[in-house]
Amino acid sequence: MLITELKSKEEILSLAGEKAFIINCLGCKEIYFPEKEAKELQKELSDAGRVTGILTTDYICNPDNMKLRLQAYLEQIEEADTVLVFSCGVGVQTVADFLEDKKVCAACDTIRLPGFQGVTPTEVDCGQCGECYLNLTGGICPITACSKSLVNGPCGGTKDGKCEVDPSMECGWERIYRRLEKLGRLDVLRFPTQMHDFSTDEVTKECKES
Amino acid sequence: MKITDLFERGEFAVSAEVGPPKGIHIEEMIEDAKKYLGGVDAINVTDCQSSVMRVGSLAVCKELKDAGMNPIFQLACRDRNRIALESDLLSAAMFGIDNVLALTGDHTKMGDHPQAKPVFDLDSVSLLHTMCVLESGKDLGGNDLVGEPPKFAKGAVVSPCSDSVDAQLVKMEKKIEAGAEFFQTQAVFDSEKFIRFMERAKQFGKPVMLGIIIPKSAGMCKFMNNNVAGISVPDSILEELKADKEKTKAGITGVEIAARIIRECKPYCQGVHIMSLGWESKIPSLLEQSGLAR
Ligand code: SF4
Ligand code: SF4
Repeated sequence: MLITELKSKEEILSLAGEKAFIINCLGCKEIYFPEKEAKELQKELSDAGRVTGILTTDYICNPDNMKLRLQAYLEQIEEADTVLVFSCGVGVQTVADFLEDKKVCAACDTIRLPGFQGVTPTEVDCGQCGECYLNLTGGICPITACSKSLVNGPCGGTKDGKCEVDPSMECGWERIYRRLEKLGRLDVLRFPTQMHDFSTDEVTKECKES
Repeated sequence: MKITDLFERGEFAVSAEVGPPKGIHIEEMIEDAKKYLGGVDAINVTDCQSSVMRVGSLAVCKELKDAGMNPIFQLACRDRNRIALESDLLSAAMFGIDNVLALTGDHTKMGDHPQAKPVFDLDSVSLLHTMCVLESGKDLGGNDLVGEPPKFAKGAVVSPCSDSVDAQLVKMEKKIEAGAEFFQTQAVFDSEKFIRFMERAKQFGKPVMLGIIIPKSAGMCKFMNNNVAGISVPDSILEELKADKEKTKAGITGVEIAARIIRECKPYCQGVHIMSLGWESKIPSLLEQSGLAR
């Protein structure tokens, strides 16, 4: 169970590219999810002819479930240059893992709600960091896939593609690099220096009470 | 003195590295530095290298400076959050220590306090950016610094023989964007690999100091091959070290190998950084043999 917040409208509109396929996940995050704003935004994109299809579903964090749901939409996904996912970080990553050759973007930031955890046990993890980096990292979470949660690229500890901390674990940044290379999108890594804002990783009191 | 002044004057810069002890007596270390490191331009002081707790890098830098030497303050992001990092940078500048090498740092699990909390609030890239922010008279919170802001020679590391050179180059570019003015490299044992790397890195136009470790034995090299990221010692060097055990033990073979690598790579880089790992006493003969003695 998570709280997600929409990224800024400008950011989402620019992420959508020319043609986007939109996935809404209403699995567990309908609580607090700004559904109205999301719908308005999607309508705006749709009216501008920038949407090839919209799938509103649940539990895309479950890979089997997600694949099943996506089956009927593969053509529309093919047509799109971007798949824009309105879900928590786990959902976005699960979709990005499956649609390896597609640009998959996160439209939300995932925030920590104390006392709640996601429901589907999976290898994909979201640290609920409050400012989702997936759009800079090819849909692989640097917070959970890198042992040091680095947000500006790999440390010098990568050896044979493995992490210095645990040689049985693939280096998260090596995975990010290879994913973006495969997508022909290495230029994404030229993002400006990131500094993680630790003041946003927990939901504010006002938000909880609203 | 800022090490960047040397690069600006087109001089070939030499630095060496010292590791502070786990304890409060550093007299011997300072004496050794005076004795053997007279021929280098700057001395890097490691910051709890390999996540092993030791006396502080900044304190040792200050001692070296008081003894008339020119320190490079290595600063890792493993043990401090941004408040402590900024504060230590100001402390360094207050002491007149103006060479800083920004490091992410090894993970705490790699060292002798695996139970410790790894911080990594910032990383090498954002630490370089932080130095630029301080230089502008502000801190990361957006507050004004009082009085004249500090000015640093901002250094960073790069690993030319890493098995993912492409990713290294991306990171190097990010460090430059964030403010890096010079680079020191991981130890190089394969000149050709280094030269190939420099052919790609020279587009950035930043001075690069070739990293050198004097190989002590074939066993040490095998250990590094298996355990240290970004180091690969070719078989030919292993053979050389095995050939005459006595000569290797005396350090003669190692110095010969290191001097050869320096000579081969010198035309392609702007300086040398020697990580002597306890063999400070070999540095004068290494400088001699590589044509860097003054
Ligand atoms: S970057 Fe990772 S931890 Fe942060 S919201 Fe995205 S998936 Fe979650
Ligand atoms: S080796 Fe890779 S995964 Fe491990 S800490 Fe470094 S960048 Fe992160």
